[in-house]
Amino acid sequence: MTLRFYAVAYLIFLYAPIALLPIFAFNDGTIIAFPLQGFTTQWFGELRTTPALHEAVKNSLIIAVSSAVIATLLGICAARAGQMETFPGKGGVIGFIMLPLVLPEIIVAVSLLVVIVRVMGLPLGNWTIILAHVLICMPFCIAVLNGAFAGLDKSMEEAAMDLGQSRWGAFRLVTLPLIAPGIVSSLLISFTISLDEFIIAFFLSGNSPTMPVYIWGLLRFPEKLPVVMALGTILVALSIVLLTIAETMRRRGLRRAGLKDTGGFL
Amino acid sequence: MNELIRLRGIHKFYGDFHALKGINLTIRKGEFFSLLGPSGCGKTTLLRTIAGFEDPTEGTLSIDGRDMRRVPANERPTNMVFQSYAIFPHLSVAENVGFGLRKDPRSKDEKTRAVGRALEMVGLAGYGTRRATALSGGQRQRVALARALILEPKVLLLDEPLSALDKKMREQMQVELIRLQRHVGITFILVTHDQEEALVMSDRIAVMFEGEIGQLADPETLYRRPVSKKVASFIGMMNFLDGRVTAEGPSIAVEVAGLGRCEVPAEQAPGGISAGAITVGIRPETLAILYEGETTDRRVVDGVVDEVVYYGDMTYYDVRVDGVEKPLTISMKNLIGRPVLDVGAATRVVWDARSLVLLAG
Repeated sequence: MTLRFYAVAYLIFLYAPIALLPIFAFNDGTIIAFPLQGFTTQWFGELRTTPALHEAVKNSLIIAVSSAVIATLLGICAARAGQMETFPGKGGVIGFIMLPLVLPEIIVAVSLLVVIVRVMGLPLGNWTIILAHVLICMPFCIAVLNGAFAGLDKSMEEAAMDLGQSRWGAFRLVTLPLIAPGIVSSLLISFTISLDEFIIAFFLSGNSPTMPVYIWGLLRFPEKLPVVMALGTILVALSIVLLTIAETMRRRGLRRAGLKDTGGFL
Repeated sequence: MNELIRLRGIHKFYGDFHALKGINLTIRKGEFFSLLGPSGCGKTTLLRTIAGFEDPTEGTLSIDGRDMRRVPANERPTNMVFQSYAIFPHLSVAENVGFGLRKDPRSKDEKTRAVGRALEMVGLAGYGTRRATALSGGQRQRVALARALILEPKVLLLDEPLSALDKKMREQMQVELIRLQRHVGITFILVTHDQEEALVMSDRIAVMFEGEIGQLADPETLYRRPVSKKVASFIGMMNFLDGRVTAEGPSIAVEVAGLGRCEVPAEQAPGGISAGAITVGIRPETLAILYEGETTDRRVVDGVVDEVVYYGDMTYYDVRVDGVEKPLTISMKNLIGRPVLDVGAATRVVWDARSLVLLAG
């Protein structure tokens, strides 16, 4: 009983601040404090009339979509290779790809910054962030896709080849449809990770920041704080929706392959 | 004979593991051929080599006179029924069956009719629109069969196709497979570890042990004239007794431990033997218990019932006989007037020199 009490208290402590976002997003006052002043949608309206924000959102979307697509494509290749019996250096290669999972993002950010700016002498831009986001998204993509591939009967691809398809044909007609839920799940998870990633984006963005970096910039102006709350509310809602879809797809994939749920990723 | 598949000196290594050790095999057109052996004997590897999923490390394989080196699985005239059936779960039954026709130039209508005929052949007419995942094990098996046969392959490869089914269903499918094979006239190659299944279904059987063929023969020869102790103990049940050859020739004189001296024709030593110590095999059904009041002109030896296993239609007795190391297993039909004996009952065992198999070692 006491254990349950602590668990509940802990969860409230963790998630209560998030609940404050929508509360103050609709609060008619520039100061973030109780008591609440009244209901307004003014802050959401202000979001629409801020061109700098639109620019930041556009950057973030470009980066998130590109990172998600590239990381998932590479993830499919890596996860497929990981299913093979063995190949030279398999353990090392897979371990290397999964490394960013435990690597502090600040290290990734700083080292990439040094390499791109100092060593290669290239200008920063969206592409540098995409590069780094692909790196940090890859382990998550592979974790999700591994599950999709592991649930696949190896005879499936062989059966397709036995029935006249080439290797590629078998992959396209049989494997791809069967792992499709895993692919969607991987896309959504990496999109979400990239969308609200801050440290790397902060270090590697050029002149036009991404949305999280823009929000951070806004925090210096107290009167803008409710706008940030409004923006945050939208982001939280979006994240929840995307991750729910991703998890649903993952479970559907398992069901389709006729497997028991073994815990999963989220 | 009309040969269809010829394997010569096939070796397969997985790293250090020698999976196939120089397989030479010729499989005829239209026969039902089985590869039988315990798990890990290389039978599946051999089947997958024929299908094109494994490349032999050494040796040649030709199908219908054509060398199969560097011919990928999708271009070989073989189709396979996988152990897991590998039914595509995202496609309907008809789409599964018609999968192999994707590259077929025929019109859509003709393909639909071909799928319908294939489904009818395996007794699944009208199931075309169902989802493949909604089928039972036996039905999946039929879909896999229809899917493989629709391409009219020269060879149908079956990898333990019945192992996932329950006993009743398995026996029913055995009969159906035999009928189907006779109907389509295609060469079937079946991989199985179930000796009974192989005996029931095959025209010829290759028994494999540790990457080698132990014996290649028709079911009756395999059962009645096994060439080695290994084959004899893998196929059916067999009593093994110590023996000693005392004279060789067209007729071999043997001293069988516990039973006595007898003469048997040389064909009862199919694996070849040499003078001295040998093993003598006797099938349980070729021995009999002599009941009270029964007489026989065959040879009889005294024994004591050691164990009784009742099967309903049959009873298996283990009978201890002086001079025989292990009790002799004897199977008796439970006919009218034959009571089931009790453990410890003194009894007489009838045997016949014609049923002995002489084996080396």
